[in-house]
Amino acid sequence: MRRLLIAIPFLWLLALFIVPFLIVFKISLSDAAIAIPPYAPTLDLSEGWSGFKSFFAALDLENYIWLTEDALYWKAYLSSLKIAVISTVLTLLVGYPIAYGMARAPEEWRAMLFMLIILPFWTSFLIRVYSWMGILSQEGYLNQLLIWTGLISDPLVILNTNIAVYIGIVYTYLPFMILPIYASLERLDISLLEAAEDLGCSRLSAFWLVTMPLSKQGIIAGSFLVFIPTIGEFVIPSLLGGSRTLMIGKVLWEEFFSNRDWPVASAVAVVLLLILIIPIVLFQRNEQKQREAEQ
Amino acid sequence: MRRMTWFNATSLSLGFAFLYLPMVILMIYSFNESKLVTVWAGFSTKWYGELLANTAFLDAAWVTLKVGFISSSLATVLGTMAAIVMVRAGRFRGRTAFSGMIYAPMVMPEVITGLSLLLLFISLGMDRGVFTIVLAHTTFAMCYVSVVVSSRLVSFDQSLEEAALDLGCSPFEAFRLVTLPIIAPAVISGWLLAFTLSLDDLVIASFTSGPSATTLPMKIWSSVRLGVSPEINALSTIMIVIVAVGVITASVISKRNVVRQRREEAEAAKLS
Amino acid sequence: MALDAFAPWEDPNAKPLIQFQNVTKRFGDFTAIDNLTVDIFEREFFALLGPSGCGKTTMMRMLAGFENPTEGNILLAGQNIAPIPPNKRAVNMMFQSYALFPHLSIWDNIAFGLKRDNLPKDQIAQRVDEMLRLTRMETFARRKPHQVSGGQRQRVALARSLAKAPKLLLLDEPLGALDKKLRQDTQFELMDIQEKTGTTFVIVTHDQEEAMTVASRVAVMDHGKIIQVSTPDVIYEAPNSTYVADFIGEVNLMRGKADPKGDTVQMHWAEGQPAIHGTGLEGITKGTEVHYAIRPEKVSISAEKPTDAANAVQGKVLDIAYLGNISTYHVELAGGQVIKAQTANNRRISRRAFTWEDPVWLSWTATAGVFLER
Repeated sequence: MRRLLIAIPFLWLLALFIVPFLIVFKISLSDAAIAIPPYAPTLDLSEGWSGFKSFFAALDLENYIWLTEDALYWKAYLSSLKIAVISTVLTLLVGYPIAYGMARAPEEWRAMLFMLIILPFWTSFLIRVYSWMGILSQEGYLNQLLIWTGLISDPLVILNTNIAVYIGIVYTYLPFMILPIYASLERLDISLLEAAEDLGCSRLSAFWLVTMPLSKQGIIAGSFLVFIPTIGEFVIPSLLGGSRTLMIGKVLWEEFFSNRDWPVASAVAVVLLLILIIPIVLFQRNEQKQREAEQ
Repeated sequence: MRRMTWFNATSLSLGFAFLYLPMVILMIYSFNESKLVTVWAGFSTKWYGELLANTAFLDAAWVTLKVGFISSSLATVLGTMAAIVMVRAGRFRGRTAFSGMIYAPMVMPEVITGLSLLLLFISLGMDRGVFTIVLAHTTFAMCYVSVVVSSRLVSFDQSLEEAALDLGCSPFEAFRLVTLPIIAPAVISGWLLAFTLSLDDLVIASFTSGPSATTLPMKIWSSVRLGVSPEINALSTIMIVIVAVGVITASVISKRNVVRQRREEAEAAKLS
Repeated sequence: MALDAFAPWEDPNAKPLIQFQNVTKRFGDFTAIDNLTVDIFEREFFALLGPSGCGKTTMMRMLAGFENPTEGNILLAGQNIAPIPPNKRAVNMMFQSYALFPHLSIWDNIAFGLKRDNLPKDQIAQRVDEMLRLTRMETFARRKPHQVSGGQRQRVALARSLAKAPKLLLLDEPLGALDKKLRQDTQFELMDIQEKTGTTFVIVTHDQEEAMTVASRVAVMDHGKIIQVSTPDVIYEAPNSTYVADFIGEVNLMRGKADPKGDTVQMHWAEGQPAIHGTGLEGITKGTEVHYAIRPEKVSISAEKPTDAANAVQGKVLDIAYLGNISTYHVELAGGQVIKAQTANNRRISRRAFTWEDPVWLSWTATAGVFLER
């Protein structure tokens, strides 16, 4: 009975999560072809062992070499990393004060504040990103407001630049940063801060020396939850970024849907995965440690 | 902490304004007379009418709801099983692999998950459509469900299960009659989470769907690529309102339950 | 007392209900139960007494079926119960935290075990009502556990565990969460119910007063072993070791060298003090190190030297612990040793005979204490 309980989800994930990655890897070693499916070689088991052998012989690292040759790709990886790091920092700067405010709010309000943070999270992500298009465009509400108040005379170009992407990412991923930080701040014992002040700390240094380090867990968890998915983000750079916004998620999508070059798209995916392995493993370890600490 | 309050109040208000203003503006302009979304030309509900007459959108909505219900129900079953394994099964061979597979999809970029699943379906020669989207959504949603349910299971008092066994239940009966009713709220939130993730998904659906199955996000995406349009505003407003009503209702109900429980416990304590 | 009549452990023909045969239980490197053998008879109220970590809870969980012995056998009515899972044993347990199902009413909690046996509805209803009457919870049947007080929840837990009329009922620190007055009342209720239903009770507790009050026999445990198992009076008056003597109640313990003289034994224990006269310790060789245990209430305290006491020593009152009904005098002897003497306060405190720093005599009879070899 126990075996069945373990086996069913295990096999499902094996079949629908692990095996697909292996297939991606295999296809990254194939060549593009004008065929359905648009790659060659395909495994033809009817030819037996020689079919196997010729299959493996046709696989090569050609696509990976292509990735290193064309500057587009490594620039896109670097740009994605850069954008992910900056966005994570920005989200932290915006999210921490909000989480702090929620944790310090009177008891009766906290449930409502929590609900208000959760609500946007349940709302469609696509819609929320879309709403910024109307705000940031040259005829958009932000420019209208700024011109109306006389702060600027010509509309700012924000939409279709990296700035818009940063705004979009911070906006979308804010709940993912706020919730873990809020959770760790809420557990904070106020008497620790009182003890710090009793021993001579000012409000600010009590925050810096006591509150901040103790909320480290939340900061780390939140940062991972923003950083890792952002690297491969596609929707936000497509809607809010411009043609010069290089992100690897966009590159992968275009290779696949526009260029119909599945093998190169797969190679792009494999390299992205390799880049992500380290942060993902660190994230898992962090979660394990958290769970063990709580038990 | 009194002196910090003005800072807290400011950061909270600014923060919530930042979060909500875009959506509020969106909703306001869905009632705009003019087709130009950014110029206000008077109040009108015509875009709602046009939306409801747009069969493409309605079909897409139907497909999305179907996929949502099926995949979240499957994901809840699988995710709950995974949660039980993670919390109760102790050590077994392959446990690290299992735990890795449970957490990884949560942070994996959707383009990779989508691509890999599509390639799987192609190598199996499967026709893509509602079925393949359901498989894809179930796979990534079950991880979120398992996180929600396992965090509830960890704090669950095991002596209740032991009492059930002691009184004659088989292990499965103990789960069905005692554990499940008590962790039901967590299971339900897991289901809702899976449902939302499915409803909202664009990238994975784009990769794994077929010609017959267009989901609502996919439809919205193709419209939005062409630019901002008031029909989309109308659709967005409807979706925001539905979600808001749902979340607020759930919040109010849960708060009322907590208050009632506390009151009853206080009264009982007075009796002794 | 009924105790005199009920003593199946002394009957060589009586068949025990539970038998632990050389049972050992290890958790990794840690040995929780160490080669333990004991018999428990039907209709006993058997107490497992000891400090935390002594293994008493592990013994109980093995009886319930939540743990299995690493070595040895546990027999219930002559049958090895190790292969039988907890839901199939004729054993029920009352949990320390009560473990009442919060989503079910009190009525449904009690009916829970009966429903698992697929009994007809009216039989279940009859039995549940019986249990409600037994524990005086009839008016609360429709409520949920969080709607009743702690003491009432304890009664529900008891009713639920008795509903299936098990051969053996295990009680895991059942009175720990109750305040003192309620605890005492409940102890007598438990004994009442046990006699009425004729069930064998095994109770685990760290509270020795509780064990002494309710139990027909007490097993004192330490580090996975049973040190002594006997009726409460024997445990108290004739402990078999300093561990047991010290664990139960208050005791004076002295150490010295044995000196057998005919029927009696003397113990030389301190310079300048007369040897202690006592009985027991057959066949002990002279010079063996022994211990002497005597309860403070058996030590008389007087201002004058007693004329014909078997044992008498002189000292100064070091401290007085006043407990309302009794006072415990800590008396320091010439050599620095302290002996406790306890008397009832049959005079008001202002008219007390002794006070701090007073010189006093302590005396006791030859049979008041016991010699212990370990």
